Amino acid sequence: MSKSYRLYHPKWYRRRMPIFWWLRAWSYTRFITRELTSLAVGYGAVLLLVSIWAVTRSEETYEHFSDLVLSTPALVLHLLVLAALLLHTLTWLNLAPRAMALYVGGRRVPDALVLAAHYLAWAAVSVGVVWLLTRGTA
Amino acid sequence: MNDTVTLEVFRYRPEEAEEPTFERFRVPARRQWMILDALNHVKDDLDGSLSFRWACRMGVCGSCGMTVNGKPVLTCATYLSDAASSRDPVRIEPLHGFPVVRDLIGDIRDFIAKLKRVKAWIVRDDEKPLSEGAYLQTPAELARYKQYSMCINCMLCYAACPIYPLEPEFIGPAAIALAQRYNLDSRDAGAEQRMDVLSRDDGIWSCTFVGECSVVCPKNVDPAGAIQRYKLQATADWFKSLLMPWRGR
Repeated sequence: MSKSYRLYHPKWYRRRMPIFWWLRAWSYTRFITRELTSLAVGYGAVLLLVSIWAVTRSEETYEHFSDLVLSTPALVLHLLVLAALLLHTLTWLNLAPRAMALYVGGRRVPDALVLAAHYLAWAAVSVGVVWLLTRGTA
Repeated sequence: MNDTVTLEVFRYRPEEAEEPTFERFRVPARRQWMILDALNHVKDDLDGSLSFRWACRMGVCGSCGMTVNGKPVLTCATYLSDAASSRDPVRIEPLHGFPVVRDLIGDIRDFIAKLKRVKAWIVRDDEKPLSEGAYLQTPAELARYKQYSMCINCMLCYAACPIYPLEPEFIGPAAIALAQRYNLDSRDAGAEQRMDVLSRDDGIWSCTFVGECSVVCPKNVDPAGAIQRYKLQATADWFKSLLMPWRGR
């Protein structure tokens, strides 16, 4: 290419992405809603850490913490957090078969089986956690 | 349905105006017409200056992707009657996410450059001589990548992806799906080279799995699924290299 040759460059028109692009279609709004449920996941993790801290600190601290989380506003908040956590978890699990292409003996494992395995694992872990939390309380 | 349909077409003529406008055309409401037929009617009979890209008219070449009533579609595969309503005109714009060159034509050079970056072709360590014949594959080996090989580079997935216009460096759905297509091909040996490109921030990790790329894909390629599989593979490779550093990747 000679030095005098200039590459053609069109005079572009670039469209700006509006701030509220996620209101343009229901699928985008659903996506952003799911992303926001990550805040509930973070809150749940912090709450768990604080509860462990309260248990290990002293009986008085734990009682104070219990009173706080059993108050009506906290219960309402935690019901909302639980709903967000369930939405996050279910949508996450439902996407699993699309991310996992497993082959056994040269044949693709059906999506339904991948999904069922994830739900079973979730149920097993949940039962384990409930057992951990309730043992000794009966 | 009425006898005519009104099209509201995006016009951008850089030699005349800085900003684009919308121009209305009335076209016959033919039942068998696709949107592309209506646009060709405008170009042939109403305004020859209207510019748009098309070639095969049968959903194979991937040239005629446009935004119709806000959705990215192949205009050769979308009936005018399906897009028309008695109240509103059919709104036709170029594909979102690409800079507009003129009217309905977007500049796709960025996509082409990305295809090159991910080496969307078969990479071989060594070529066998012609005398040894073709590289054979079993039906099972073909089945592993066939879905991704159906991509026609129409770029509807880029237009549907909200990440691409926000982060133009993102390699994007089709290029990653095509990289996966060659990775899964038993004749290919380029997976490691592609992983170097795709495991960067502007590769698979820019995707937040909105999933719209797969919804609009006219060939059911499922680029969103391909990207998530790639993420899983990259994570597994990373763990393997952490646990068994002597094995390499």
